[in-house]
Amino acid sequence: MIFVNGEPRHRDGATIAELLADLGVEDRARGVAVAVDGEVVPRAKWPERRVTEGERVEALSAMQGG
Amino acid sequence: MSTEQIPVTDTPLEIGGRTLRSRLILGTGGFKRLETLAEAIRATRAELVTLALRRIDPQARGSLTDVLDECGVELLPNTAGCYTARDAVVTAKLAREAFGTDWVKLEVIGDDRTLLPDAPELLLAAEELVDDGFVVLPYTNDDPILARRLEDVGCAAVMPLGSPIGSGMGIRNPYNLSLIVERANVPVILDAGVGTASDAALAMELGCDGVLCASAIARAHDPVAMAHAIRAAVEAGRLARGAGRIPRRLHAEASTPDAGLADLTPPVE
Repeated sequence: MIFVNGEPRHRDGATIAELLADLGVEDRARGVAVAVDGEVVPRAKWPERRVTEGERVEALSAMQGG
Repeated sequence: MSTEQIPVTDTPLEIGGRTLRSRLILGTGGFKRLETLAEAIRATRAELVTLALRRIDPQARGSLTDVLDECGVELLPNTAGCYTARDAVVTAKLAREAFGTDWVKLEVIGDDRTLLPDAPELLLAAEELVDDGFVVLPYTNDDPILARRLEDVGCAAVMPLGSPIGSGMGIRNPYNLSLIVERANVPVILDAGVGTASDAALAMELGCDGVLCASAIARAHDPVAMAHAIRAAVEAGRLARGAGRIPRRLHAEASTPDAGLADLTPPVE
């Protein structure tokens, strides 16, 4: 079990790129950033970085804000 | 950008090596529709706009970054909602990944009731981000000493509040703001508290180099009309500051000379 934006998912071993595709954002990667367990995962690592049991993925995108 | 967007008597605003013709920075928060946001951007003539990072919403409709790109504005990501230096630093790094900019509007708040900055955490985060190569624009208290400390650690500007975020309470302590302006060697941007156009004009009259405004425009009954009003107010305040206001006096001083005043006394009966 891993956690994506707070939701438990049975996607152990998936890459960041695959998890982003689950969220439907692969085609608008500008404005998207990802952290795993509170550390930034650079864009270049998205295709290879696999998420393992218990890790917490935060997948973020642009939001209006002051 | 055409030169007509800057008053003829003014100079551009320079922050962190970037030249801005507009002294109004627009916050994108609070607009109900992206179309209204785009219209407001055009009305403010802002060249720099803030935005945030939040969890991806697969249901979200329309792309904020597409709209902002179409408007031709530069992005200033914020760290809104961060309570610790660590969270703010990681958020800034995420924003750098997301938007390809090393500019950050640094916010580290102390509680959710006042949203006032947490001074020690703010200073800590500012120092770390400057060391990491960020152009840091910190949202800070109207505290002249904290503003100086933020400048000392290398912030590209300081952005004191007029009053709490979204409160629309205007500038509660113009005296402190004047003290910050008096000794700052980096641009001073009034951030937070503007409720209407006169607040923005006052900030500029007090010597601020610019104004950052979100709620006052986004939550106005007519956001686009308020965008025009606050743009005009920033320009008016800036011009007035440069023109030099007259000193305040306790008593009247006639603007018409006494000399040459007609004698209209009727003849004595």
